[in-house]
Amino acid sequence: MNSRHSSPRITLPVPITPFVLKESALAPWRAIHDEVLPAGRGWSREIARGQIFRIVDLEGNQAVDTLFFNAHNPDERYSATDTIRSQGNLYLTTGTRLMSGEGRPLLTIVADTCGRHDTLGGACSAESNQVRYALEKKYMHNCRDSFLLELGRLGRGMGKRDLPSNINFFMNVPVTSSGELSFADGVSAPGRYVEMRAEMDVLALISNCPQLNNPCNAYNPTPVRLLIWDAAP
Amino acid sequence: MILEETLRGGQAWSRRLARGQILRLTDTAGGACVSALFYNARDPLERYNMADTLKAQYTAFLTAGRVLYSDMGRVLVSIIGDSCGWHDTISGCGDVAASEAHFGLGGYQELRNEFHRNARDNFIVELSKSGLGKRDLVANVNFFARVSADDTGRLAWVAGNSQPGAYLDLRAEMDTLVVLSNTPHPLDPATTYAPPAVELSIRAASPAERPGPDDRCRTSRPENGRGFALTEAYAREVESAGAGGGMP
Repeated sequence: MNSRHSSPRITLPVPITPFVLKESALAPWRAIHDEVLPAGRGWSREIARGQIFRIVDLEGNQAVDTLFFNAHNPDERYSATDTIRSQGNLYLTTGTRLMSGEGRPLLTIVADTCGRHDTLGGACSAESNQVRYALEKKYMHNCRDSFLLELGRLGRGMGKRDLPSNINFFMNVPVTSSGELSFADGVSAPGRYVEMRAEMDVLALISNCPQLNNPCNAYNPTPVRLLIWDAAP
Repeated sequence: MILEETLRGGQAWSRRLARGQILRLTDTAGGACVSALFYNARDPLERYNMADTLKAQYTAFLTAGRVLYSDMGRVLVSIIGDSCGWHDTISGCGDVAASEAHFGLGGYQELRNEFHRNARDNFIVELSKSGLGKRDLVANVNFFARVSADDTGRLAWVAGNSQPGAYLDLRAEMDTLVVLSNTPHPLDPATTYAPPAVELSIRAASPAERPGPDDRCRTSRPENGRGFALTEAYAREVESAGAGGGMP
């Protein structure tokens, strides 16, 4: 599947740590679903077991807040802490199994040309924006509102209870050895992508982050491209 | 003292703390791990939020001067005293699979009440007593436990983080449902199931312990000043709604 990829180890100039990058051989024209999601929009879709899901950071440094649920029983859902603990590492990249709270993999990351994704930073909300920036920021659009609107539209009885800590694809939130958390400049760039294989039928929920108060979107929220391929025959 | 109670190894616990009460946890023997979750006791849809807690305070761990945020921008509890120094927020809780992998089956049939309880199952039991369930399980705190990460993000268990007698004082800033599980941390390499007992006590905050303008938790970050302002606005909302509004 990866025969055209002759140089699997690429060292980026920005971070100190060399990230291991892995490309995909899948062609976009073969995708069964292909759409562009503007910044500030929510999105949800079921992804069947075996299907491949790709998120492309079209313009670079765009945070894509993402959750996954067991499509047949959404009480089983992505767990940031189970994902971190099961791989013994804070950051998500190729090989990471995105775990549910039941200790089962929902999806596995199979390709990643960014190299590091966050799952500690959570989603922005009107209320957390007030705490983090200023009380008068409450009016600003935020990821949790996009999540809530999308869940409300789904009509499956899901809502705020169904929002645990999420993934932030393309976002860089390093933790220092002394336990400090920082929001570093992104390690993504235009066209970088992350690709994952569904290990069970999942419901994907995305907020393409509208945050304007910190560098998670380089102060310029931009569209992302979402593609789904059927399982290889 | 409003309450003094021993939390045995393996035991689960939940209780409503009123705004202004202080819960002390004491790791008498050392080496404990108390996994914890927090909810607004009047409206448990509002709950502890790991990400908002870490982001607001630019930290991956908890200690004195830091607070635990809900997902509504409010402070559930503040850490007003801590002789341990590091409480884990990022590594979640153990479950039956982790427990069996570490310690073997450990069933009730063989061990009676020494059976191997785990944090996730304990949480589900205690949450159910308040009408809550799996949908209310979120990333938890592990008091007295420390997990570090290196530059590549690799996790490592830090042994000896909590010395005998280590204690922690949590001051409730709103009426808070506290759910605890005194069970082994899943990254603790110990192969014997022997979580030590932890002492719990609850008292009312003295005037000097109330969150005044110079309170350490309030002033430790400008974010916390705003978090306390939002929490106090909510206390006024609850008060003005009176007995008819917002009661559980």
